[in-house]
Amino acid sequence: MTNVNEKIMCAGFGGQGVLALGQIISLLAMYNDLNVSWIPSYGAEMRGGTANCSIIYSDRLVGSPILTNDITTLIAMNNPSLDKFEDRVVKDGLIIVNSSIVTRKVKRKDLQVVYIDATDIATELGNIRVQNMLLLGSYIGCKSDFTMKQVERAFKEKFKESKAAFIPMNTEAFKKGMALVKEI
Amino acid sequence: MPDSMIFQRTKGLTDAEFTYCPGCTHGIIHRLVAEVLVELNQLEDAIGIASVGCSVMAYDFFNCDMQQAAHGRAPAVATGIKRCLPNNIVFTYQGDGDLASIGAGEVVHAAHRSENITIIFVNNAIYGMTGGQMAPTTLIGQKTTTSPYGRKKEETGDPIRVSEMLATIPGATYIERVSVHNPAHVRKTKKAIKKAFQYQQEKRGFTMVEILSTCNVGWGMSPLDALDWLEENMIPYYPLGVYKDKVKEEGRQ
Amino acid sequence: MTKKLMKGAEVIGASAIAAGCKHFFGYPITPQNEVPEYMSKEMPKIGGVYVQAESEVAAVNMIYGAAGTGTRVMTSSSSPGIALMQEGLSYIAGSEVPCVIVSVSRGGPGLGGILPSQSDYYQATRGGGNGDYFMPVYAPANLQEMSELMQKAFDIADQYRTPAMVLADGMLAQMMEPVEIKPYDSKNIDKSSWATTGTKGKRKPNIINSLRIKADALEEHNRHLNEKYCTIRDNEKDYEAYQTEQAEVIVTAYGSASRVVRNAIDNLRDEGLKVGMIRPITLWPFPDNAFDELPDTVKAVLSAELSCGQMIDDIRIAARGRWPVDFYGRTGGNIFSSEEIEEKVRAMLKGVISNAR
Repeated sequence: MTNVNEKIMCAGFGGQGVLALGQIISLLAMYNDLNVSWIPSYGAEMRGGTANCSIIYSDRLVGSPILTNDITTLIAMNNPSLDKFEDRVVKDGLIIVNSSIVTRKVKRKDLQVVYIDATDIATELGNIRVQNMLLLGSYIGCKSDFTMKQVERAFKEKFKESKAAFIPMNTEAFKKGMALVKEI
Repeated sequence: MPDSMIFQRTKGLTDAEFTYCPGCTHGIIHRLVAEVLVELNQLEDAIGIASVGCSVMAYDFFNCDMQQAAHGRAPAVATGIKRCLPNNIVFTYQGDGDLASIGAGEVVHAAHRSENITIIFVNNAIYGMTGGQMAPTTLIGQKTTTSPYGRKKEETGDPIRVSEMLATIPGATYIERVSVHNPAHVRKTKKAIKKAFQYQQEKRGFTMVEILSTCNVGWGMSPLDALDWLEENMIPYYPLGVYKDKVKEEGRQ
Repeated sequence: MTKKLMKGAEVIGASAIAAGCKHFFGYPITPQNEVPEYMSKEMPKIGGVYVQAESEVAAVNMIYGAAGTGTRVMTSSSSPGIALMQEGLSYIAGSEVPCVIVSVSRGGPGLGGILPSQSDYYQATRGGGNGDYFMPVYAPANLQEMSELMQKAFDIADQYRTPAMVLADGMLAQMMEPVEIKPYDSKNIDKSSWATTGTKGKRKPNIINSLRIKADALEEHNRHLNEKYCTIRDNEKDYEAYQTEQAEVIVTAYGSASRVVRNAIDNLRDEGLKVGMIRPITLWPFPDNAFDELPDTVKAVLSAELSCGQMIDDIRIAARGRWPVDFYGRTGGNIFSSEEIEEKVRAMLKGVISNAR
């Protein structure tokens, strides 16, 4: 990875697993010896029906962990998130939309858009709660070269003890999300 | 001690001269606490906490490690010490202005946590050190420099009965009110102090001995008149006795 | 040791434990609740003590008592809670017992807000407690540094028998970064000459006390404290000078604000503009020496704070009239963007400088 400077906004309803999604991405970047910051919903962004977190990973020292109009990837898990952050994504950036919940299309034409029916597919897989890992798979499929080994390591670190039982299901969701964008 | 010796200054006190006014009963209470610490062989493990009030310089008088606390905070300081040194003996020495007014919160919560500490609470119904102002324990009708017409219930409420209040707290192990207005009661006071420290040694939890005490200067009377005044006015409002003895109630084990 | 992705509040707790702190007394207040939560979870695992005090007033006095026994001890709170602790801090400084206070500041005055703020610079460096005292104040800007400064704060506290503060804010406490909690080499300073642990019949009583009723005795004590503060000033100032070579404008910022300023400096330097940053790591003692080492090219200094301007006083003292000192700040939990700082600095480079706050 050269000249990495990724700025991701994960946003959705509380309970959709956006914070965990952000933490997994942060772990993956950390394994690649990148500088990383993760910060949950901040200030004015806490209002208006979104819970979110901002992740920056970069080969430069991370300055402010707070994103302004410099989002390179938006993962939008509900309508308010897309409404709020669409205009703050950079040109040629990426928006991943959870199209099970988000009812509209992305208006911007100057960036890459991926629609994933994450909530529906997760339900089909047997647990609605893995929708976030489905989107993680899609994100990595689109944009980064984190390895499957790193993802497994991150899952092990994130899902400990009683939560370890959820690793297979999350792995399945991750692979599904990745496969979906490869098909596109 | 030679056989002919019937009384000597306790080793639990230093040689420092007391700063208390002539006639004040703080000196008696200091001696009792010190004697008990020596008799229970606790002096060398003891850490005392001086509060703010007449006894602020108690750190110069007790012959053990001492820490001086901010006004009312002695039970919190004692908590900090005891949680670091659970096998040492930790006690506070507080007056009624310190404990019942500014420190009401700290003592209540120390009791609630059943901190294994001993509180020596000296109640003389007045702020002595600052020159005789009204305390929360000042009696109705009692004249002080800030209740010059006598304490009025309508303006200030009734005097706080600390022992009764703390006895309602589940964490309080032993609460007794005693007095030092005559030799018989001085002996009873020593027994109460001893029981409190014994309970602490046995890790039984929160203990407090409230000791009715005189402030002849603040009250504006002679030392002897002050002793009578205590008996005639304070004891009826602050009845003596054991308010709580969980160890006895539960049967000593 | 490998790096772990950790939340700022966890870094505070884990670093304190690594430094040998096994006693924590505190009271809940946003935005530092994860610190007592972490401690309540971890302390029992290591045979330590966690006590939830009934108030910040009680908490700081518990610290005072615990520190008196020579035990490594800490508390954590936020702005209104730190205000309540000033009484105890004054006693702790006056009676010279070592402890660490973490201040995760939020907006004020009064109940203010719960979002990050730097409006407690005065509270930290001047204190609201009574009397002639100071305490070392460390201001980390990232979580690795926070871990190292937490451990250092315990050492400095022991070395100088003083309270030491680590000043953070809601941003640093809530964010996550990869952190390596480094193994800690305790200096094991002998405290037996003053700590209250019981005489064991082997020595004279130790007395921990801030009262000196006689004027001469108190003056002597004040002189002794002041000598200690002078030593700390001589030895413990710390700062980072960033891109100061050939700089025409120097931005001064600490803690979370300095992270934004670093972005701004990078962007302006990319444009070829000569801008640098002084980032105080110690707020007291203030690193005034950093300003003496600036190049002759400097024309003006900017204080960028998440307040209406508090550190600017120290910058002005350090500047000694050599440069105009301008100010840019945001408050209430709002954090200035890199663009705001860049715009301000561009104006300053063009000569638009206000020397009045």
